[in-house]
Amino acid sequence: MAEEKEKLSIVVFSGDLDRALAAFIVATTAASMGMEVSMFFTFWGLNIIKKNEGGIKSKGLMRKILNFINRGGSKRLKLSRFNMLGLGTWMMKRLMKDINYPSIDEFITMAKDMGVKLIACTTTCGVMGLSEGAFRSEVDSMAGAAYFLGEARESKVALFI
Amino acid sequence: MKADHTLDCVGLYCPMPIVKTAEKFKELKPGEVLEVMADDKGIKQDMPAWCKTTGNECLGIEEEGGEIKVYVKKTHE
Repeated sequence: MAEEKEKLSIVVFSGDLDRALAAFIVATTAASMGMEVSMFFTFWGLNIIKKNEGGIKSKGLMRKILNFINRGGSKRLKLSRFNMLGLGTWMMKRLMKDINYPSIDEFITMAKDMGVKLIACTTTCGVMGLSEGAFRSEVDSMAGAAYFLGEARESKVALFI
Repeated sequence: MKADHTLDCVGLYCPMPIVKTAEKFKELKPGEVLEVMADDKGIKQDMPAWCKTTGNECLGIEEEGGEIKVYVKKTHE
């Protein structure tokens, strides 16, 4: 006898480290409470799920420049405030490490283990010239806004981070 | 309070105590009690909320010094 799981849909629009952590904290907690969670990464949010290593291939000069200055990847995420040319972000990461707090990578692994779905926005990918190869293996699929709305309208909770 | 299983979450911050509790619960049989030890005060609100959402029973919370013990009973599979 299958129980109907409550759904949580999250749009992750931000590419900031602090906002990314908040998104994953909510996602993993919801999953631990038996909710079915989907995270829809769009715009700067794609930075969170891009591959850390290697280059990002794209066509056209503007896109190449964009994907160079906006390389992304979990290890390159910055605080939304007090980044201070990287010093603030470094300090915050250090503080979190001191209390054994999980990193974004650890949260991504945890989220996947708990069945959270990670979806990349096709439109942003189109604009920025990103293919599936730009993303880490944990990403489940690529989809558009209609897919997100399809999930969101069935969800008990929908968030925009 | 007596427990059938123990989970040490001392030193872990939200959401880890809850995430680990959910994971540990897979090992419990319905009717069994899990003792969760933590020092992050958030657990005093988090655990009752987790129990309410998952349909499990929060039996009680004991606090000694900085250490908090929460007793949770698995009510269903």
